[in-house]
Amino acid sequence: MAKAKRLGLKERYSLMTRGLDWETSYQPMDEVFPYDQYEGIKIIDWDKWEDPFRLTMESYWKYQSEKERKLYAILDAFQQNNGHLNISDARYMNAVKLWLQGITPLEYAAHRGFAHAGRAFRGAGARVACQMQSIDELRHAQTQLHAFSHYNKFFNGMHGFAHMRDRAWYLSIPKSFFEDAMSAGPFEFVTSISFAFEYVLTNLLFMPFVSGAAYNGDMATTTFGFSAQSDESRHMTLGLEVVKFMLEQHEDNVPIVQAWLDKWFWRGYRLLSLVGTMMDYMLPKKVMSWKEAWEIYWEENGIALFRDLSRYGIRLPKYHEVATKEKTRVTHELWATLYQYGNALGLHTWVPEDEELDWMSEKYGDLFDTMYRPRLQFLREREEAGERYFNNRLPMVCQVCQIPVFFTEPDDPEQICVRIVEWADTKHHCCSDGCADIFNREPEKYVQSLIPPQQIYRGEAGGARDIFEYAEWLHLKKGIDSGEYHGSPDHQNWTAWQSGQPTPKTDSDEAA
Amino acid sequence: MADNVFLALQNNSEAQPIIEAILEDNPGAVANESPGMVKINCPGRLVVRRETVEEKMGRKFDLQEIHINLISLGGNIDEDDDELVIAWNT
Repeated sequence: MAKAKRLGLKERYSLMTRGLDWETSYQPMDEVFPYDQYEGIKIIDWDKWEDPFRLTMESYWKYQSEKERKLYAILDAFQQNNGHLNISDARYMNAVKLWLQGITPLEYAAHRGFAHAGRAFRGAGARVACQMQSIDELRHAQTQLHAFSHYNKFFNGMHGFAHMRDRAWYLSIPKSFFEDAMSAGPFEFVTSISFAFEYVLTNLLFMPFVSGAAYNGDMATTTFGFSAQSDESRHMTLGLEVVKFMLEQHEDNVPIVQAWLDKWFWRGYRLLSLVGTMMDYMLPKKVMSWKEAWEIYWEENGIALFRDLSRYGIRLPKYHEVATKEKTRVTHELWATLYQYGNALGLHTWVPEDEELDWMSEKYGDLFDTMYRPRLQFLREREEAGERYFNNRLPMVCQVCQIPVFFTEPDDPEQICVRIVEWADTKHHCCSDGCADIFNREPEKYVQSLIPPQQIYRGEAGGARDIFEYAEWLHLKKGIDSGEYHGSPDHQNWTAWQSGQPTPKTDSDEAA
Repeated sequence: MADNVFLALQNNSEAQPIIEAILEDNPGAVANESPGMVKINCPGRLVVRRETVEEKMGRKFDLQEIHINLISLGGNIDEDDDELVIAWNT
């Protein structure tokens, strides 16, 4: 008897997904899968769904376990060799703190979201892809916590990320982004996270930023970052596939998908202003500016992707040209905001060194030299005079993206951009036309947002009466976890370690 | 000219033969190095051929092993046992 030929990848994938699926008979399919029709997306043939990598669960476990083995071997070596001493400068750690506080909880939210979306789809291919992604996202949350736990022994501000997630005003930016997606239907969820966020925008997070972590000697972040991104390539492919699948299934799906792409491009872009600020301001050794990253990953790669989708009648997302106009400004505007609200942050802020300002002048040109550099120099002079500036009130934030309303008009960098939207005789504030459009499309959804400064002033933050009591409610110690970097315990410890001294005794030890 | 597709890999010794194979099989491909990673851009279409990678590695290679060192990509994917293709359809 001739030996049976090993099945090819395409046959194996087909048998291991479609071949294991069945139509329910005790209950109608519509009742088993009640959520995959109400968004208006019409699916004629679920079997047209393809995972282009054709990864079966069997291969998935094989390669994921290999990735984990590699990752944890490196994390062991990192911890055993005091890897925290090899970073470029302790200021860098504030990017890690923002990652832990803002991004790691998103990984966990994505794990929940994909488990939910996967359950909602009646097509087996979509369910398998969502199942893998749900497990990936849980892995990302776990590996990040493991990687950062070493830093937590040596740096302040990392002790209460889970407590802060539901309480910190600036963490409501990423949190509300994901909860907006998770409270949408399964098709919108996958479009928002897998396509708009992962395919179009997370390259900006995981490629230049993680490469920056490598350049700044952070072996832990580099390792989990690239390990996570290897899953991300699969997620991106799922994102593109789900969009093409919807567009190919029925022409009525095109306007629905377009509206989601418009919304989630803008939501994702606003969220990524935090990442841009990490790249420009929190990496002491710079790899690439936000402006350059935007040019490569959006203006070149992102636009190429949309050109590819134009054959389905999809156009570029609304306000993409505004995002491009803002590329020389957003990170400087956001850093100035984080700097002044520093008493209510679980990380430190500072004015960059002169050579960093020179780098920004080179990357950002005239606008930086005329507008932002003088402001940074003014802030430094005040700090040196013992009058470090803090704004101890809470900001007005956008009803949609929840970022403080500080971005400027697309065509006037000297004018703050505010859009007032009205619904049911109540006025709400938005930071941009992009966010105002999102509000106006679903006002019933966004009027329900819990806006942190409003909640705090209503006494919903443990009864805090000012920003200092509010920071205590976040479990932040003033000047230790928050505030200016220069002179902070992190700064003092780092200076001592660099000269081979033991950790100096600080107020934080006494408090403990 | 066609838009670039891209593939980014970790810059480690395991990925090195894959990078070499890609550059050999795709005459238009350009490799850009940044700390920790290599991003390969190529106009319109890029192919990773199993046979070429095996030649460079000196051992059997399952194309799905690329997932271990893959960082990111841009373009439509099509994969079978012998080739991983990234392409724009326009």
